[in-house]
Amino acid sequence: MSETIKTDVLIIGAGPVGLFAVFELGLLDIKAHLVDILDKVGGQCAELYPEKPIYDIPGIPLVTGQGLTDALMQQIKPFNPTLHLGEMVTTIKNVGDPLFHVGTTGGKTFETKAVVIAAGGGSFQPKRPPIAGIEPYEAKSVFYAVRKIDDFRGKRLLVVGGGDSALDWTLNLQPVAKRLTLLHRRDEFRGAPDSVNKMRALVAEGKMDLKTGQISALEGDDGKLSAVTVKSNDGTTARVELDAMLPFFGLTMKLGPVADWNIKLEDDLIPVDTGTFESNVPGIFAIGDINTYPGKLKLILSGFHEAALMAQKAHHYVHPEKRLVFQYTTSSTSLQKKLGVA
Amino acid sequence: MPKITYIEHDGAVHTVEAEIDSTVMETALRNGISSIVAECGGGCTCATCLVHVDEAWSAIVGPPSAQEEDMLDGAFEVKPTSRLSCQIRVTEKLDGLIVRTPAYQGR
Repeated sequence: MSETIKTDVLIIGAGPVGLFAVFELGLLDIKAHLVDILDKVGGQCAELYPEKPIYDIPGIPLVTGQGLTDALMQQIKPFNPTLHLGEMVTTIKNVGDPLFHVGTTGGKTFETKAVVIAAGGGSFQPKRPPIAGIEPYEAKSVFYAVRKIDDFRGKRLLVVGGGDSALDWTLNLQPVAKRLTLLHRRDEFRGAPDSVNKMRALVAEGKMDLKTGQISALEGDDGKLSAVTVKSNDGTTARVELDAMLPFFGLTMKLGPVADWNIKLEDDLIPVDTGTFESNVPGIFAIGDINTYPGKLKLILSGFHEAALMAQKAHHYVHPEKRLVFQYTTSSTSLQKKLGVA
Repeated sequence: MPKITYIEHDGAVHTVEAEIDSTVMETALRNGISSIVAECGGGCTCATCLVHVDEAWSAIVGPPSAQEEDMLDGAFEVKPTSRLSCQIRVTEKLDGLIVRTPAYQGR
């Protein structure tokens, strides 16, 4: 088993609210680690609208999703949070008063005095194609991610999609596959031009197949896929024999394992006390779009406010022996030292 | 105000008034048409507000932009008349528009 990582607070979700929580906790001498399922920080701001302007951040008339993310990273730099990207928190065990053991898909275990769930609309997970009867094949011969390339050695593979994920895995798996077919709904690809050129060269050399169309039916037995029916845009159908299918249709937000953590939920949201933003479990907080309370607005600015109040209560758990004195960054030398400006 | 008719996959028909310069997606959300998800809120980045424009209206509504066409790759059961409803702006000439919503928007 891997070593347990000890931290004051573990923040789940590195969106704008999770990032700002690092700042508010840091001012109170609370160290944080951040876990996010995406391979980058920023959450929805970075994944869904990096270039779209946001007009309602107080004091900033206009900023893009990526711009806000970059600014928050700069703002929390003095507190040097440790980022664990591309990992999802799967388990939270209450082992103390309060003390938690938190496990991730990356095989890490954290021991933390408080957990802050800043998971927004949930975790970004691959979209599942709406093909009738696909469920029994999932994780057996339908895969939404590649863990080990070797698992696909010598197999007939069908990669579906037209973006970078589909193209990258086409190029990475083609050398090990018995035969690889790339299926996309049109003969244009939005992925990186270099990848598109490499893929087209492989097709021209006869080393892989490219088809246009959409999957209409699956054939197989006991979780083992044997063929799919591909419907072309002109209405004709064709059968493609295969051992494994890898659909890449982008990401969508799912609540994910939050439902397994024995926290009270209401309509997939976490009800919180509006004085502390704590859930019904002492030591587990919820801030940002994932929480609910009377009058809740899903705004980034609300999440920032929630982070500040959460930090006050988290301080009780992390530094129970210390009295908390409220201070302003404008006038407190102590806070300014923490920010590296005094 | 122009009227838009949404026909959901289960056959439910909603004819609603749409504000000029709003979008077909926003009009659906305002009227509680739940088969439009609009996860990204109209940013043309999630492909969860797919509609199939009625054949008779397809030419009037027009084709998707290049960016929208890219995003349609992340939608399912895409047809030649499919559009992302956040990218269809309501104008007077869309009065009477008919769109159909799919059973599944990706989540």
